[in-house]
Amino acid sequence: MDALGFTQILVTMIGRFWPVWIALALTFALSITYKRRLGLYGRLFDSPIGMTGFALVMFWVFTALFANIVATHDPLAQISGMKNALPGSPLKNPVEGIYAHYLLGGDNLARDVFSRMVVGARSVLTIAPAATAFAFMAGITLGLPAGYFGGRLDTGLSFVANLVLAFPVILMFYLLVTPEIRETGPLLLGWRASIPNVMAAILFAFPILFLCILWNARFFTTPARRNLYVGVTLVLGLWIYAGLAFRADPFGLWIMEPNLLNVFVSVVFVNAPTVFRIVRGITMDLKSRDYVAAAQTRGEGPWYIMLWEVLPNARGPLIVDFCLRIGYTTILLGTLGFFGLGVSPESPDWGSTINAGRKLLSIFPVPALVPAIALMSLVLGLNLLADGLREESLKD
Amino acid sequence: MTSSDWTPDQPILEIENLSISFFTRLREIPAVMDFSCTVLPGEAMGLVGESGCGKSTVALAVMRYLGKNGRITGGSIRFKGRDLTQMSDDELRRIRGSEIAMIYQEPMASLNPAMRIGAQLAEVPMIHRGMARAEAWALARQIVADVRLPDPDRILQAYPHQLSGGQQQRIVIAMALMSKPALLILDEPTTALDVTVEAGIVDLVKELAEKYGTSMLFISHNLGLVMEVCDRLTVMYSGEAVETGSVAEVFDRMRHPYTQALFRSIPLPGADKNSRPLVAIPGNFPLPHERPNGCNFGPRCDYFAEGRCNAGDITMTEVGPRHESRCLRVDEIDWSAPPVAKATQGKAEIGEVVLRMEDLRKYYEVTGGGVFGGGPAKVVKANETLSFEARAGETLAIVGESGCGKSTFAKVLMGLETATSGKIMLYDRDIQNTPIEKRNTDTVSGVQMVFQNPFDTLNPSMTVGRQIIRALEIFGQGASDEDRRARMLELLDLVKLPRAFADRMPRQLSGGQKQRVGIARAFAGGAKVVVADEPVSALDVSVQAAVTDLLMDIQRENGTTLLFISHDLSIVRYLSDRVMVMYLGHVVELGTTDQVFQPPYHPYTEALLSAVPIADTHVQKKRIVLEGDIPSAMNPPPGCPFQTRCRWKSQVPGGLCEREVPPVQHLAGGHQIKCHLSDEALTTMEPVIKIAAE
Amino acid sequence: MAKFLFRRLFTMIATALCLTFIVFYLTNLPPNLEKIAKSEAGSRISDAEVESWLQKNGYAQPLLGRYGEWLGVLPGWTATADDGKVTGRCIPKGSDPAAAPRFCGVLQGNWGWSNVFKEPVSQIIATRLSLTGWLMLSVMALMVPVALLIGVLAGMREGSKLDRTLSTFSIATTATPEYVSGVLFITIFASSMTGLKWFKGSATSAMDDITFENFFLPVLTIALYGIGYIARMTRASMTEVMTAQYIRTALLKGVSFRQVVMRHALRNALIAPFTVIMLQFPWLLNGVVIVETLFNYKGFGWTLVQAAGNNDIDLLLGCSVVAVAVVLITQLISDVGYAWLNPRIRLS
Repeated sequence: MDALGFTQILVTMIGRFWPVWIALALTFALSITYKRRLGLYGRLFDSPIGMTGFALVMFWVFTALFANIVATHDPLAQISGMKNALPGSPLKNPVEGIYAHYLLGGDNLARDVFSRMVVGARSVLTIAPAATAFAFMAGITLGLPAGYFGGRLDTGLSFVANLVLAFPVILMFYLLVTPEIRETGPLLLGWRASIPNVMAAILFAFPILFLCILWNARFFTTPARRNLYVGVTLVLGLWIYAGLAFRADPFGLWIMEPNLLNVFVSVVFVNAPTVFRIVRGITMDLKSRDYVAAAQTRGEGPWYIMLWEVLPNARGPLIVDFCLRIGYTTILLGTLGFFGLGVSPESPDWGSTINAGRKLLSIFPVPALVPAIALMSLVLGLNLLADGLREESLKD
Repeated sequence: MTSSDWTPDQPILEIENLSISFFTRLREIPAVMDFSCTVLPGEAMGLVGESGCGKSTVALAVMRYLGKNGRITGGSIRFKGRDLTQMSDDELRRIRGSEIAMIYQEPMASLNPAMRIGAQLAEVPMIHRGMARAEAWALARQIVADVRLPDPDRILQAYPHQLSGGQQQRIVIAMALMSKPALLILDEPTTALDVTVEAGIVDLVKELAEKYGTSMLFISHNLGLVMEVCDRLTVMYSGEAVETGSVAEVFDRMRHPYTQALFRSIPLPGADKNSRPLVAIPGNFPLPHERPNGCNFGPRCDYFAEGRCNAGDITMTEVGPRHESRCLRVDEIDWSAPPVAKATQGKAEIGEVVLRMEDLRKYYEVTGGGVFGGGPAKVVKANETLSFEARAGETLAIVGESGCGKSTFAKVLMGLETATSGKIMLYDRDIQNTPIEKRNTDTVSGVQMVFQNPFDTLNPSMTVGRQIIRALEIFGQGASDEDRRARMLELLDLVKLPRAFADRMPRQLSGGQKQRVGIARAFAGGAKVVVADEPVSALDVSVQAAVTDLLMDIQRENGTTLLFISHDLSIVRYLSDRVMVMYLGHVVELGTTDQVFQPPYHPYTEALLSAVPIADTHVQKKRIVLEGDIPSAMNPPPGCPFQTRCRWKSQVPGGLCEREVPPVQHLAGGHQIKCHLSDEALTTMEPVIKIAAE
Repeated sequence: MAKFLFRRLFTMIATALCLTFIVFYLTNLPPNLEKIAKSEAGSRISDAEVESWLQKNGYAQPLLGRYGEWLGVLPGWTATADDGKVTGRCIPKGSDPAAAPRFCGVLQGNWGWSNVFKEPVSQIIATRLSLTGWLMLSVMALMVPVALLIGVLAGMREGSKLDRTLSTFSIATTATPEYVSGVLFITIFASSMTGLKWFKGSATSAMDDITFENFFLPVLTIALYGIGYIARMTRASMTEVMTAQYIRTALLKGVSFRQVVMRHALRNALIAPFTVIMLQFPWLLNGVVIVETLFNYKGFGWTLVQAAGNNDIDLLLGCSVVAVAVVLITQLISDVGYAWLNPRIRLS
């Protein structure tokens, strides 16, 4: 079989993404049709920048969803003779049932670059948004009281936040994401109280804490409903919490590999202080509003005011920052991968792949270039999306 | 610079059929339509209207500064005979600041924070006349002295943030006068200032305009102010001029239903909440893209004639000497007929004492000043020996300017702060030391508050109904969700809002409507005492009347005690039973409305009364302009707090005012004045406001 | 002002102590120490031998005590071996124990010994830091003017074509981390794929002799990411200033647009980016580490990676001290500079 030419590679690749194109087309058709009824999300479709960003982000989201259909090979399979193969190379020994070309060539371990990029999207797009969400939970839960009460609480929390921010990120990762750290610490009932595990136990508790306070502040006037909501939150939350933080999910559904947990917790830890600072700033601004005073004069508790009066009105800047921060987290994860601190050596995530490819960069640039461009386009999409959202939310 | 055929006896500014539109992505929004007006040399023209009527747009159009989206779509603006709409950017630049200068609403924002005052002033002659730097600074120094600022040399070296609001506005005026312009545009120049400071600025503007022979275009929402400053005025409504003429003509022989309605909705001396209530203009200001066909005021007009008023465009017609009106039915309306009297209301029953304050003090400790902290801790005396009582069904007005301590007092009463010393008794309970989280639901729901800023009073991300229901929940009202929903709808009825508003978001409501929701929320738990903190000062005059009426109605029905905080003496005179005047944390005068508005006055009350502009040509006011600004509460003067600005100080022998805080003098009828002046001096005081016989 | 400086200084020292202690704790975890023992005394030694080696070399004391010794506020450990030979932290091999100083920590200038490079840490850091200094300097010289220019030009007329173009450019650069742009640049300008070969894909030769050819790509790679960020800050600040009322005042005074931008807008608009630029220094460290690794430029960042990767405790601690110092000093400069640029704060 012959090697594919440049145009052929391009056309074939576009063809491989067919489920993504269909999903994108559907999303856009529906959104544009109903954009006037969809609030801020709908107005995004008035801004070309926002639309471009949204399209890029959704492209990768759908790619991650349909990775199994899009990918041509097993991302971990090494096929002999395909080491550092050029883009479009045919398999040396074609086998029935295996795609006959390496569309973007092979890497130094003879794996398919195209499939690794596609499957890599999946790992990037699960870890980055989830880590960002946890960072937001922690940042919001601590930033609201710091901004609202001020005083010593604020001084203390701000000092800790600034401490984390003053820590050079790269150094922190080198110190935190190591196998040694995972093995250090006293054993408590079979659970090792190592630094990553303790941090996970703390950071993963924030969403549960947040939701419980949220329900209680709102529904304490009708205890029956409050108990229902808090109860459901606790049951579901503690189940997931036990699984993720303590590897103690009886059903084995929620579980995280120790090294993934280590990376995840470190990324949340780096991001949370920035979110804290943003939330604290907005809270300090919003707490002088009359509607907050009105809530105070009718005797509302501080948590109701923070969570139901202040937080909903801070959502604009927070949504924008959420998008930017997913991008930033993606970059961070890439950095970790780049220094070999990533999830696992053979994982197809983009940072690790770039790291693997850089050694032969001057001779065989393609294996590093492909994930680099993928990562750049995703982050660019997130940034453009954030920019579009910011612009549209300011137009009120 | 001037066109060759322009002579000084021709109009300085001639606006003809001016139309301005703003272009958004969705549509063209006409902001000003078919606007004409003429300003003669030395004349002051007032431009009056409610917010959104297009008056500021006209001013900015004269400056040809309409932003990216604004465009002049028709008509002409001739300045000294030359059409400004046809000028190139370069020509405009030469006119801006040299021949036409502008004074803005917010002085602080109008000055560059990172440039010295002197540099900002000197820039003007340096650009326009190529003056040398030293010469320009000398001129700046002279003009700063002209606007009566003390110590001009220090001020020239200062940065804007080092000056007070009044001083900043004087600098903005000085900047406008640096090149002796032929036309001065003033866009609400005193709205951001306190009343007594405003009076000083108004006097200054009038005097300087006379001195330099400058024409003025004076934009304001305040009819009283326009009467004091201007020779002629143009009333605008929803993008159109509806009436124009000399101040005397328009004020006494108005020929447009809107002008008439406007005058009937503002509290002039003689109006009374029971016997002669204000007449609010029904309905709402139309949105720019939802204007009705024909007369814009039609849907709200008492004289509306179906098929005529809404048939087609209506033009301005001559109704007197240089007096025009945009009304088809000028000749059919009986302009002298008195307003259709609303049923006069019985005076509300004044009941037992509900709230009593005794010697209330609230001191704050402030650590140092400035961003860096440091410096010794200072004590700010926000409230000093406050004593009064308020009865059920009574309206007690608390009057004062910024820094007088009225907001602190409200906070202490609400329980957001605790008192330093003294007593607050609500019925028979001491509540001065109980912060709000320790108060029981009854006390909390019994004392509620209505806030000043309608755009801030409601949570922007919660529906109106939800916000009222939340108040019901927290006050323990209603047994079930359905109960509370029904009660919420009743509350909407109470404040005369349609029930459909329950599901709207606050941004879909107008300012007046939001304020009504705020009132409904305050009364959700059957409040006995309501603190209304300037509830109408941010609203347009026509809406003010409706909201005050609503408050009065609810008060009459429920026998509520209303503590009405305001700086506006006109509205205070209209609705309050008793008045308490505050200055720098002290109660300087307390008495019934009649006692406070008649001599003997506290010297501060006297100045305050004189400073408030009254839109009535029959009223004669004694002019008392206070020197300087209100001292900072952080750094109050020794002795009597008012002694730095008091014109009666010389009447008290031995410099007593500078040494001792005056005692409270109890005059006849429970009237209290905190002043060193002797009884004789007090009795010689003349009334500030006299209504001339018609 | 004095009190402010005092408080600021106090926070700074507290932060520095906290951070160095955290690093000290994390680098002195038992598994790390065990590794050291094994690499020093032989990899096949038993757990008991590890224990005794650690005992002999002063690693067995409580952590806080060792931190104090490292810092130089507690006297260094000494141990007398069975043969009567006295060893100690402050006693170099083969010297007289009696002549040794009591304290020898970072404060005394004793930064320790690098196991990997077999050199004193202070010496390594000095050479490596000077190499990185050149890199940083070049990056700043390229990044700051370009970023400010882009930001000001874009923010001057919000929504104009120029603004759209420049804003999109700055967004694109912030979306391109150093390890992506580095890969791109090497592929395009230095690889055999395009065949351009304008620059070198490695900056190793720049350590001796900096040339445009071997130094431009690493500098550009670091600068590019920062350019976008600073330019966006500058633009945001500039657009905010341009809509301020005092700009309207100046325009309606008859000042020309150029003059308004130069005289009235710039100073106010540059206050915020100044802080950002100073706070970029710590961020640059990230870029420096990536770029030095990617381009094989053996500066401070490269050293840090080596130290961290090879469990070289003293060197890693030394690098951390430098990194933390850089962060804190730039924060201080940023605070003081902000106050100095802003008359509202300076004069209050």
